[in-house]
Amino acid sequence: MIPPSSDLPIGQLLRELTPQVLGTVVRRFRDFAAAEDAVQEASIAAVMQWPRVGVPDNPRAWLTQVAFRKMADHIRSESARRRRETEVAEEAARAPEPAFEATLDGGPPGDDALVLLFMCCHPALTTASAIALTLRAVGGLTTAEIGRAFLVPEATMAQRISRAKQTIRDSGIPFQMPSAEERGERLRSVLHVLYLIFNEGYTASSGPHLWRADLSHEAIRLTRTVHSLQPDDAEVAGLLTLMLLTDARRLARTGSDGELIPLARQDRALWDRGQIAEGVELLSTVLPKGSVGPYQLQAAIAAVHDEAERAEETDWPQILALYELLKRMSDNPMVILNHAIAAAMVHGPKKGLDLLDGLKADQRIAQHHRMDAVRAHLLEMAGESEAAAKYYRTGAGKTANLPERNYLLMQAARLTTMTTDSAQTSTDCAGSTSLKSP
Amino acid sequence: MKYILLMTGTKAGVETYRAWSKKDIDAHMTVLVSLNQELTKSGEFVATQGLAAPHEAKLVRGLKDGTPVTDGVFPESKEFLLGYWIVDVATPERAYEIAGRISAAPGPGGRATNMPIEVRQFASHGPQS
Repeated sequence: MIPPSSDLPIGQLLRELTPQVLGTVVRRFRDFAAAEDAVQEASIAAVMQWPRVGVPDNPRAWLTQVAFRKMADHIRSESARRRRETEVAEEAARAPEPAFEATLDGGPPGDDALVLLFMCCHPALTTASAIALTLRAVGGLTTAEIGRAFLVPEATMAQRISRAKQTIRDSGIPFQMPSAEERGERLRSVLHVLYLIFNEGYTASSGPHLWRADLSHEAIRLTRTVHSLQPDDAEVAGLLTLMLLTDARRLARTGSDGELIPLARQDRALWDRGQIAEGVELLSTVLPKGSVGPYQLQAAIAAVHDEAERAEETDWPQILALYELLKRMSDNPMVILNHAIAAAMVHGPKKGLDLLDGLKADQRIAQHHRMDAVRAHLLEMAGESEAAAKYYRTGAGKTANLPERNYLLMQAARLTTMTTDSAQTSTDCAGSTSLKSP
Repeated sequence: MKYILLMTGTKAGVETYRAWSKKDIDAHMTVLVSLNQELTKSGEFVATQGLAAPHEAKLVRGLKDGTPVTDGVFPESKEFLLGYWIVDVATPERAYEIAGRISAAPGPGGRATNMPIEVRQFASHGPQS
């Protein structure tokens, strides 16, 4: 982990330190809910004091000490029926063990933050709870901020978070690093939650805007943290890369009225070249390291798109090869759909349409609007404008996603007005590979 | 995923509601208020709103320059929106379950009102898969 610099603004410094301190306090006192309150009080004390007296030399140790004191106060006020625990707590606050001294002195703080993340993304929690708890406890967002991000009242979000904590308490999940055998799987849960937070920012599931940068940025920040703690895990690096390369296109993804612009029509000058360069470099260091997983493959596909100066220059054979690999690892129907598009771009629309026919029996996708949208794109490529317009409309009728619906209706309208004009060849189909899969 | 649960009824139906005994109204409201509390506790509550009785309801259309032209009064049998709940739930089935509870809230004499609740998903920008 990058040592937090005291030059950072206090708010930002606190957001970096809070999960580490919380991890330490939970490790010590084993009471997640009370620990969170204590750390919050410590943060408030910091906000009040630091601007006046300056940021302490070791702000993390300062926060930890204050939070420990608050915990001791809390336990003391829990009355005499818990006297035994109180003694333990006071002992803990008064006489830190050597290991704890190391933490106070600024020893490796990351592990606690990682354990905290493992805890927040525990499989015992529902996905919605894991997301909320991660943003609260590890991301340091306020309950009100998380509520706003998901467009629910603060009271509802507060309950969701408190139920998540309750679940953790009831399930008796220990606050410790999972065993070596378990760790791989648990890390996958963490990555999945981070991926969903990113996705929520990338295509907001409700509300007036197609994307909400705050959530994507938070997901990238948290994934960076995990990457700095697990630098040798190729899938962690793969997910971080995938986020960087996808987020790099953010400004080009919507027009001035918030309408969706497919990849093939985006103004590539708006792409964040710095972020693309960072992602590509990360990918090139991680890919040779060994086991290739789905996040790395998706990142590699995003990289091929991002590296094309113009849509026509996209290296479709390489994308097709990557989808072939990805298809072997995941039977996600969205992957199979995107594979059909890549096949069409390489071998012509007939090949893509044949692959779609193979999906007709797949319950998960057969009635999905993306199936119609892709079929429409491929029919359009094949010059069958009338059939294409029909499927664009069918797809538009099935999606609950407003910009996507508008986009599909526009495509149908364009084809209908064009049938008498000379048909204009379209490469819009290329855009749909990234329409939904980041 | 967010759903809106729409309670609709007729003007005639609202008249009947006005004729409920205080005890019946209290029992009805108690069930709905506790449902709202339960939804908040479960982290699913987003919003709820009852609407004023539809007797003054008007339909408005604008002329080219936006000048409003109103339509109404309406017959007793016409259906109106009476109120709504917005919930954020994990599955469509859960939305139906909540709608079922609303429909089963007690009416006159403690019998369920059995009012129809229309359940509609929010249009969204999110991944559909």
